[in-house]
Amino acid sequence: MLHRLRFVPGRIVQAIPVALGVTILVFFMSHLLPGNPAVALLGDRATPERVASLSKHLGLDKPLWEQYFLFLGKLFRGDLGDSLAYQQPVSGLVLHAIPVTLSLLLFALVLALVISIPLAGLAATRPGGGRDLGARIFTLLGQGMPQFWVGIMLILLLSVKLRLFPVGGYGETAASHLYFLFLPALTLAIAMCPTIIRSLRASTIQVLGSEYVGTARSKGIAGAELFRTHVLRNAAIPTVSIIGVNLGYLVGGSLVIEKVFAIPGLGSLMVNAIFARDFPIIQAVALFVALFVVVVGILTDVVYTLLDPRVDLSTAQDGGR
Amino acid sequence: MSTPTAVLVGFKARRRAARLRSLQPWYRNGTLIAGIVIVGILVLVAVFAPLLTPYSPITQHLEDALQGPSAAHLLGTDKYGRDVLTRLIWSTRVDLRIGFLAVFIPFVVGSVLGAIAGYFGGWIDLVLMRIVDIFFAFPFYIMVIVLVFVLGSGEASIYLAIAAVSWVSYAKIIRGEVLVAKQQDYVVAARLGGISHAKILLRHIGPNVLSQAIIYAMSDIVMDIMAIVTLGYLGLGIAPPTAEWGSMILDGQEFITTQWEQATIPGLAVVVTSLGLSWLGDGLSDLLSPDRRK
Repeated sequence: MLHRLRFVPGRIVQAIPVALGVTILVFFMSHLLPGNPAVALLGDRATPERVASLSKHLGLDKPLWEQYFLFLGKLFRGDLGDSLAYQQPVSGLVLHAIPVTLSLLLFALVLALVISIPLAGLAATRPGGGRDLGARIFTLLGQGMPQFWVGIMLILLLSVKLRLFPVGGYGETAASHLYFLFLPALTLAIAMCPTIIRSLRASTIQVLGSEYVGTARSKGIAGAELFRTHVLRNAAIPTVSIIGVNLGYLVGGSLVIEKVFAIPGLGSLMVNAIFARDFPIIQAVALFVALFVVVVGILTDVVYTLLDPRVDLSTAQDGGR
Repeated sequence: MSTPTAVLVGFKARRRAARLRSLQPWYRNGTLIAGIVIVGILVLVAVFAPLLTPYSPITQHLEDALQGPSAAHLLGTDKYGRDVLTRLIWSTRVDLRIGFLAVFIPFVVGSVLGAIAGYFGGWIDLVLMRIVDIFFAFPFYIMVIVLVFVLGSGEASIYLAIAAVSWVSYAKIIRGEVLVAKQQDYVVAARLGGISHAKILLRHIGPNVLSQAIIYAMSDIVMDIMAIVTLGYLGLGIAPPTAEWGSMILDGQEFITTQWEQATIPGLAVVVTSLGLSWLGDGLSDLLSPDRRK
């Protein structure tokens, strides 16, 4: 098993230039801000003395490339600067918010799979039939609705009208976190389902036509059992990479959803920072999310390899892309 | 990975399905007709907005605030006493305009860079595609939100931010198409005939690969409208009091317990718009990519 993961170190090496590029892009974002970055970092009410001292601290008098390495060096020490609004290190604030956002993402992914797998299976058993049409309409609507609006509609239906769920917040205990995160996770899941269903439906149709499924059928295996034992794992393989690729999109969406449901994760941190003009936080969240996407890319390849014994990325020259 | 990957993946799947429908004449293509009708109506609504409603979308009438639906105000009034239907109609102008216009820069920039990468290959391709990877690492909304913040809110910033994010998808699509096209006999023949690279790219390859970018642009407009609406909802979009679907939803959310329709209806307008554009895109894809890949 392990020898098939030989490609991982190489894949990580490949990701390094991309990760460095991400830091360069984030670094330059602060230079796109109009005026002196030190003013942007300190806020409008900063005294000239503070601006001067931070300018010196940031090395704004030095050449740009030197400033970048200064930024990178601090980054490696986990120093992302201080938040203007909270007057404390950004790294602490971000670290505090990360578990919240990650649990929301994970919950959403689980819900998306719970919804998508049966729907895709039902749609694939009779392409063009009524159930297939139903799944098609669901995917079409799922893509056409703004995510945050879906969240508001779920609040309207399930919280305001039916009073089943809280309108927002995160709860105090682990169990209540699950309860509070259900609606936001469902919102995100609805956004993710169309892509999963479409991919899974197509691959299921393909697998259902293969010879080994015919053999299994002739042995009397049918229905859900056939799906579980013979179809799902093979049909899931292409879907895994699609989920991996879309996780980044999901992170972006989750940031907006957090705002809708007032969940204290990275999204709320970022959106509130926008209104406080708290640039260090925005920079840190953007950086974290982009690096997360790069890491998920590697993890996707690992899962892909583990799921499908036929895949051997260690021989593929371009890392299996 | 960010951008419209969801759309990109769906786009490829739809392209496959489109081949099956491509054998019928265009006027019998129900998807295309439905798309044309919906988008056509929306464009007409946008153009003739001032004629469709007697009210102003901006002027406040605080004495009429938060009325329910009535004969005078079919969808009621908002917290400033403005007619909701009027604002809905005027929003079409803003959201459609930005959605359609925002596609142009990334379409051109992405297609040109993708074509160069695919055609010349080698280190140019390597460098350009690594840059694409870097941009791809930023989820669409993160990048748009950060850039709109950095550049300052306003329509110009929205165009720039969307361009910075979505050129990547065009570059990927066109690069892939050019990689295939440059192996074709007609390109090889043109090369042997001594025609310059620029001319081959523009005159020979260009027309053959562009249709895929045009089809993708339809889904991209949907993405852009979603981005504008989301920015509006976050308070980073078009500044009030201009009517815009996203900010209408934001305003309506405040009164969700008493007047649920205020947040619901602008969202439905977005759904109808994106359905129309998706169908138009599917239909176009039937027309433009007749059975080219078996």
